[in-house]
Parts: sequence; structure tokens; C-alpha cells
Amino acid sequence: MTTILEMRDITKTFPGVKALSNVNLSVEEGEIHAVVGENGAGKSTLMKVLSGVYPSGTYDGQIIFQGQECQFKGIQDSEHKGIVIIHQELALVPMLSIAENIFLGNEHARYGVIDWNANEARTAALLKKVGLKEDPKTLITNIGVGKQQLVEIAKALSKEVKLLILDEPTASLSEKDSQALLDLLLEFKRQGMTSILISHKLNEINRVADKVTVIRDGRTIETLAKKDISEDRIITSMVGRSLDDRYPPREPHIGEVVFEVKNWSVYHPIHAERQVIKGININVRKGEVVGIAGLMGAGRTEFAMSLFGRSYGRRITGEVLLKGKPVDVSSVSKAVQHGIAYVTEDRKTYGLNLIDHIKHNITLANLGGVSRHSVIDDMRELAVANDYRKKTNIRASSVYQLTGNLSGGNQQKVVLSKWLFADPEVLILDEPTRGIDVGAKYEIYTIIARLASEGKAIVVISSEMPELLGITDRIYVMNEGRIVGEMPAADASQEKIMRAIVRGEGKAA
Amino acid sequence: MSTESAPAPQGNVTDEQRPRIAVSALTTNLREYGLIIALIVIMLFFQFTTSGTLFKPVNLSNLVQQNSFIIVMALGMLLVIVSGYIDLSVGSVAGFIGALAANMMVIWQLGPLSNPLVVSIVCLVVGGLIGAAQGYWIAYHRIPSFIVTLAGMLIFRGICQALLGGGSSVGPLPDDFKMLSSGFIPDVIGPLTLIPPTVNAAGKTIMGSGLTLHMTTIVLGLIAVVAYAYFGLRTRRKRERHGYEAEPFPLFVIKTLVASALALFLVYEFASYRGLPVVLLVMGVLISLFVFVTKRMTIGRRIYAMGGNPKAAQLSGINTERLTLLVFINMGVLSALGGLIIAARLGQAVPAAGLGSELDVIAAVFIGGASAMGGVGQVIGAVVGGFIMGVMNNGMSIMGVNVDWQQVVKGLVLLGAVIFDVYNKNKA
Repeated sequence: MTTILEMRDITKTFPGVKALSNVNLSVEEGEIHAVVGENGAGKSTLMKVLSGVYPSGTYDGQIIFQGQECQFKGIQDSEHKGIVIIHQELALVPMLSIAENIFLGNEHARYGVIDWNANEARTAALLKKVGLKEDPKTLITNIGVGKQQLVEIAKALSKEVKLLILDEPTASLSEKDSQALLDLLLEFKRQGMTSILISHKLNEINRVADKVTVIRDGRTIETLAKKDISEDRIITSMVGRSLDDRYPPREPHIGEVVFEVKNWSVYHPIHAERQVIKGININVRKGEVVGIAGLMGAGRTEFAMSLFGRSYGRRITGEVLLKGKPVDVSSVSKAVQHGIAYVTEDRKTYGLNLIDHIKHNITLANLGGVSRHSVIDDMRELAVANDYRKKTNIRASSVYQLTGNLSGGNQQKVVLSKWLFADPEVLILDEPTRGIDVGAKYEIYTIIARLASEGKAIVVISSEMPELLGITDRIYVMNEGRIVGEMPAADASQEKIMRAIVRGEGKAA
Repeated sequence: MSTESAPAPQGNVTDEQRPRIAVSALTTNLREYGLIIALIVIMLFFQFTTSGTLFKPVNLSNLVQQNSFIIVMALGMLLVIVSGYIDLSVGSVAGFIGALAANMMVIWQLGPLSNPLVVSIVCLVVGGLIGAAQGYWIAYHRIPSFIVTLAGMLIFRGICQALLGGGSSVGPLPDDFKMLSSGFIPDVIGPLTLIPPTVNAAGKTIMGSGLTLHMTTIVLGLIAVVAYAYFGLRTRRKRERHGYEAEPFPLFVIKTLVASALALFLVYEFASYRGLPVVLLVMGVLISLFVFVTKRMTIGRRIYAMGGNPKAAQLSGINTERLTLLVFINMGVLSALGGLIIAARLGQAVPAAGLGSELDVIAAVFIGGASAMGGVGQVIGAVVGGFIMGVMNNGMSIMGVNVDWQQVVKGLVLLGAVIFDVYNKNKA
């Protein structure tokens, strides 16, 4: 066997974060090579380096493809060489047909006039290869996600692909569609194609992969051959990192149950038949920090947003109790009035008004607190803003700095300040430290610890398991819209959480 | 103008910091007042090219009366645009309301309901209902405002023309009603004659000779200037009492003096003609109200937050649907007031009343520095933008510039103003 791809010492740095450091990946011709790792380990970044999304020069290291060193300036360059990546989020245009999508930007045309017959004939042939029996004229919006994934693969095939990269291709597919997709991968392998499969579904990897490379914290940990692949081995390898004192010490004083959710069910806002949250029960006590662990797509954000004023989903059923009494949280303002706050996962899109300054952002969720008869008291507002700026240690020239110009960590502190000023009983934090540097993370953990000691009930949603283990008292494990495990943080370990997820996945199927 | 526009650093300020603060306060203020300076430059330009006609008291009164409806509607449009929407229907709604008012007062003979005051109130309510009808689709069904109000533009222009029986006009409107646009406030104090008018050989006074001041106007002007200075000082005191650095005192004094001098000059101009136009008083009250609402009230803050990031606003507990509805109701009421002002000025309702004025209104708001993306824009900016449009209309008309070319110039000014703004923002 010959080596088709060799990535040597790839190092990629983002402002303040080293996403990849000296990663090595070697792929043999004709194999299915799985790349596994936790969320944020650097898998997708590595693939973006490979496909030229991050152009040559923005990273260090070498890419050798078919014996040649490559310096891709963009996706076109890598596709030209036959490296095609299918991203996690499908990149199809919903209101165009299958044929139009497959040849988008690459149409059979003469002088700009498209030869539809040629396009459709080619499309039909490609669809046959991936086992899809749809008319090439069918609109993408009219076929299911599983078939859309197959169209993506057909599109890749249309580009004379030599190395196919699939980034979590089965994340949004049903069990049956996933099986079909994996079978297709095996079929391609028989025809001699090489693929890289990024996944954290270990049963899938067991089934199709010839080799597994584990990435953790932006480093290659090991590459396992087929005979060495086992669930235990991969899990240990994925999470095996030491917990040093990256978390502030904390003395929990846990009281009675403050917040309780019973039988919470939610359906998808667009695909009305898809149940996203399936009868969840959780509770949080006074002074307690409760974590919700799970992989991306487990439904954690959807759960939190549907709780918070029905900001997500349809046909929401279930009960929310505060201190034993059922409360109405059917709108955000009602939820806020009852003392529930939700710090969103994506602070730029959902958390901040980036074109306004810190002061206005901090008071937005509790304007009543700085106004009388709906007239805002400037001085009071300024005092509040400065107070929270000091409390949460927001680094800015003044509270008049636009939030759009702050670093991620400081932006997060502004969002936190906004909700602290609303003075909630229950604080739900969704990925509170995503994309911020280690120092700022520690500050956020300190704020969380202080809030808990003040007697707030806190829920932390996080994909970083060490973080959950480090700052919470109790952990719920969520998978595919269900709670699949619950454990005191003291007894929990990354292996236990991972196992609960993997087992839960088996159960759901 | 604003109690918080000059972001002064807080806390204890050392002596080394002071000059830096003065410079930064100056540059911030320059940017803010750049538009007003532009207006003054444009006025001086036309004053020169019209050989002094622009600043004649009679012309200033005309200028205000001709453009007041644009500015009234621009107040509503500012909120619409800051919220992230647009309203194309305002010109048609104004035309329709004018036709409705004229019919109620002249044709339909409704008895006491034909009283101009009653008619005006009914019309404002109808305007609010129109705004609510359009806002409902925009807020609760997420139909793009461009489309809803484009439909409104066609619908209400059509109804306007139908109400007027095709191409004819309805009038004349009662004199009491016309007061709204062409009236002046009564001189309750009594005129003060400084220079007696010249009497000609036939024993009649020569028009425009002599100097008689409308004392009520003068007194109102003085009260306004004193109040402006007083509130400015009070805000400074309050800041200092709370331990925050206010803008440097000399800058504050210069700012207040320049603004007062300009205001007194205009007051003197109006007083030497027939006094303060009623419509200017109405406008002044509305402008103050909108400045207060946008700067100081929670609803104003929420509108800016909604325009800046609707999702974040919603997740902060703001009822964005209801807020959108209110913004369009407000726009409807102000369009109706604009329609009444137009009808009162013409003395009749005509099918073309307000035709195309939505574009002038939108242009005024954008010249005033609002962002088409929402979340950014100031009331004073929109007002000054409206006056810039008005002065250009007026000045070019006096100069005898062809109407076609006036459009070209206005278009270029709009484009230039926005390019200047975007360029400035990118630089900052």
C-alpha cells in the first residue's frame, strides 16, 4: 500500500488559542481512516487546513498528497487535486434541484448557456452510484436529510474525487440512513477510493474504519490499526488528560430543590414530526452547580432554549417548578420575571447588541432596575454598569466601549453581567467558556462559584467534560434528546460520561 | 442635545489625563455636530447664491412651512429604520388622510364632526389604525416591511384618488384648519415697534419697511434658551455629584453659547416677520418628545436593542413583536399628521399630495446618519437631515434650478452623506 496523504507537524494558531500543535496524519491509499476526538479537539480545524479553507501560510507544517507537497490557497485548489470535503452542515441550496446543486459553479455550459440535458444525464449516473432513485429535477428541499447527504456525496463524486472527507456525516441521520451511508462508504472502498471519516460514534468506527487516529487538545495522541480498535482504548485515548488546578476551589452549600423540570418534550420547529426533546426530568438545588454533558447535537441547547420562554421548538409540553410551585415560562419576559436567566451559547448572535456599548448591554434585561416610570436614570445606569464591570472584571477602556470590539472572554463577561443584574434565582449557562482563552475561563469559573455560594441554582451546559467535572456538583448526561445518565460529579469521570453517551446511543437505535 | 452623548471617562481623573479627555470630547462632539455644521454651510452657500434671500424672515417661515411635514414623518421613520424596517407607504397615507380630512370637512357635512379639531383627531386615529394594520403583518407574520408597505403605498394612493373622485381636488378647507400650516402663534404680549414703518406719499405704509417684533415669539425663544442652558448645567452638576467627569467646562460653555446664539438669531428672524409659525411649534414639541423617548425612556432603548440584534433583544425579555407594532402605529399617526399639514398648507386636498415624499423622508433619515441595517440613528440627525433636504429644495428653487436637476443634486447629497458616514465608521 502507498501513502496517499501525509500531514506533517501541522500547527495552527488562532488569536489566543493554539488549535493544532504538531499534528501528524498519514492515510494509506484505499483505506477508510477515522479521525476521532472530543468536540473542540481540533478535528474540523485539521480538515479545514487540509482542504484549503485555511490557506497555505496561515498554518505551519507540510501537506503531502500523492507524493507532492501541496500549498492550497483555497478549496478550489484542493478540489482540483481530488480532495473533497463534505461538511457537517450541508451546503446545498434548498430551492434548487438536485442536478443544479451537483453542478453548481461547475455546470456543463457553452458560452454561459447551460446544457441541461448533459447535466441531468450526468446527475442521473451519479445518483445511481450513490444508490439514490430521485429525479435530478427534484428540489433539495423536498428530500430528507439522509438523501441530501447522498446528494452531497454525489456532488463530491462529480469532482473526480480521490480522497473523500466526511465530517460527522451521520450526525443528523436516522439509524437506517446512517447504515446505508456506511455501506456506501464500504462500497467506495472496494472501488479503491480513500476516505477520511470524522466521527465520535464508536460503533460506526468499529464497523467501517481500517485505522483510527485520535486527536486531543490539538495533538495527535495515537493511530490505531484495525486489530487494536476497541471502545475502551479509544475512550481512554480521547479523554485521557490530567485535571490540574484549572478550576477555582469551592465549598458547596447545597440546599433544597429550587428548580425542577418535569416531563419536558419539544418538537422540531420545522420538521414537526421530529421530537427533539423526549420527556426530560431534571432538578437543581439552591447553591448547586449542575452540569449537562453530551455531544454536539444531543439537544442540550434546544432543551435550554425551549425552557426559556419557548425560544425554540413547537408543541412544548411539560412542567417547570420553582421552589415547588409550577410557573409559567411561556415567554422570555415571564421566565425572567420568575427569576430564570439563560446565557446563550452563541453570544454574538444571541447574546449581545454588538453595535452598542457595554453599559446598554448590561442593563438590557432589567431596564426596570435603572428606571423610574419608564424613564432611565442615567447616573444609576452608569453606576450599575461600572459596578458589574468591576465585579466581573471586564477589561475595556470604559463602559462606553462597543461590545463588538471586545475579546470573546470579555464579551462573555458582559453577557454574564447582563443576567446577573437581572438577579435570577436560576441561571442556565450554555457553553459559557466556548472560544475564550484559559485565563478568562478561570474568571468565568470564579464567577460561577461565587454565584453558587450566594445561593443561586446554576445549570452549566458544556461539551468540555473536564470543565463539567471541575466546576459542577452533579452531572446529567444527555443524548439524542434524553437524559441517559446522572451522577454526582465526585463519582463521575470522562470515561463514565462517554460510556453513558455511547450506551445511550445503542439504546436509542 | 443629549445627556450622555459625550462618553466621558469615569472615576478620578489625573491632571495628565485631562488634556487627552478634552481632545477626545472635542472629536466626539465634532462628529456629532458635523451634520449641523454641514447644514449651516449649506445654508450659507444658498444665502450667498440667492443674494441673501434664504435668510429673509419671510423665506425662513416659508422654508419651515414647506418642509415641516417631511420632518414630522422623519421622526416616525427614524424609529422604523432604527428598528430595522422601512416604510414606503407614508406618502400615500399622508395623501389619503388629507383626502379624508377634506371630505369630512367640506363634502360629507357631518355637523359637529366636521369641526377641524375633531376631524384632525379622527384622522390621527385612522393613521394609527393604518400603521397597526401594516405593522401587524410585519410583526406577527414576519412579512418583510418593504413588501407590506409597498402594498400600502399602492393601496392608500388608490383610496386617496378614489376619495377625491378621480383627478379633482377637494377644497377650500376652513381657515381654522389652515392655521395648522400657515398660521402663526398669536402675539399675546403685543408687538414692539422698534423702527416705525415708512409711510409713502399716499399715507400707506410700505410693506417690509420698519421693524416690529413679535414679542411672544421673543419671550418664548428666551425661555427656551434659558431652559436649555439650565438643564445642561443641571446634568453637569449631577454627573459631577456622582463623581463622574463631565465634558470640559469651556467646551460646554462654547457649545451652549453657539447653540443659544443660533437659536436667538432664528427667533429674531421669526419675530421680525409674523412670529413663530404654528407648525414650527408643533414640530418643536414633537422633536423634544422624540429626543426624550429615544434617549431617556426604556421603550427607546428597547427599540435600539431590537434594531441592533433582534434575537438578543428577544432573549433579553423584550417583546419584539409588540414593539414592532408600536413603531408602525407611531409611524401611521405621524404620517396622518404629515397629511394634515400638507392639506392645511395647500388649503385643499389634491390627489398628488405627499406623492414621492416617502423618499424625501427616508433620505432625511439616512442623511441624518441612520444605518440601513438598523440599530443606529438619532432623532436630531433625522431632523437636521430633513432640514438639509428642505434648504436644498428651497435654495435651488430660489436660484431657479430646474426641478429635474434638483433631484440629481439631492440624490448626490444622499449618496455622499452615506458614503461619508460609512467611510468614517470604517476608519473608527
